[in-house]
Amino acid sequence: SQDSKMASVVPLKEKKLLEVKLGELPSWILMRDFTPSGIAGAFQRGYYRYYNKYVNVKKGSIAGLSMVLAAYVFLNYCRSYKELKHERLRKYH
Amino acid sequence: MNENLFASFITPMMFGLPLVTLIVLFPSLLFPTSSRLVNNRLISLQQWMLQLVSKQMMSIHNTKGQTWALMLMSLILFIGSTNLLGLLPHSFTPTTQLSMNLGMAIPLWAGAVITGFRNKTKTSLAHFLPQGTPTPLIPMLVIIETISLFIQPVALAVRLTANITAGHLLIHLIGGATLALMSINTTTALITFIILILLTVLEFAVAMIQAYVFTLLVSLYLHDNT
Repeated sequence: SQDSKMASVVPLKEKKLLEVKLGELPSWILMRDFTPSGIAGAFQRGYYRYYNKYVNVKKGSIAGLSMVLAAYVFLNYCRSYKELKHERLRKYH
Repeated sequence: MNENLFASFITPMMFGLPLVTLIVLFPSLLFPTSSRLVNNRLISLQQWMLQLVSKQMMSIHNTKGQTWALMLMSLILFIGSTNLLGLLPHSFTPTTQLSMNLGMAIPLWAGAVITGFRNKTKTSLAHFLPQGTPTPLIPMLVIIETISLFIQPVALAVRLTANITAGHLLIHLIGGATLALMSINTTTALITFIILILLTVLEFAVAMIQAYVFTLLVSLYLHDNT
């Protein structure tokens, strides 16, 4: 019983986001690795998570590619929102 | 409408940061690499397509010309994927910028021509005078052939830019016309919508054809010079 109590205390830095308690959230965010290599690592992990879940499977479907393209369209829309909001259907522009 | 028509061709910047770099690099995300023998569906499809295209395009070259296979295949993949991604709504197409197309055309053309001049000097110089020209015409013909040689990279770049830009502009215009006509006369709007669908199909074809043409011409210039 002593060993199980010791094993259940995981240090804050290594917890995943969903396991962090709400009160611990600010300190968790501050402890994340914001160096360039840390950010690059985060992107790499994210890429491989998506790739291995949707594309690198035995019977990958069109959804794996479509979700990427949909996100691309959405990001481009956000980028050009400033010019696009003048094209709304209004009586007076 | 006038200002908005060309607004989609402005280089995208955000807070002064060049977003265009990310947009140019984005197609590379869609072509994953793998060193396995049997891959997932995406990579298998891409490899099959690549094999098909490379066999068809590199078969006319000799050994020296076939060292360009990697370059030409990357070229056709890049231009094809960039053009096709540009057909998505609100996206920015780098190949509409003349600067980028010149940056692709001039080095490739110059590489082919200089290779020809270094390795087969007499044959390269002989290209300036077609066989069987009457003697009085020779000076003028040499000038004309020189001009036609130097116009090749410009033609490559401008062809790609003009085709893609014109297609995008037409889609914008006809789409805008359909929207405007919907409240006035629905039948005309329907006809315009059908025109828009046909145009989009054409643009898909043009996107791929332009990539093919660009690469084919570079490969032809290479063939002349190896």
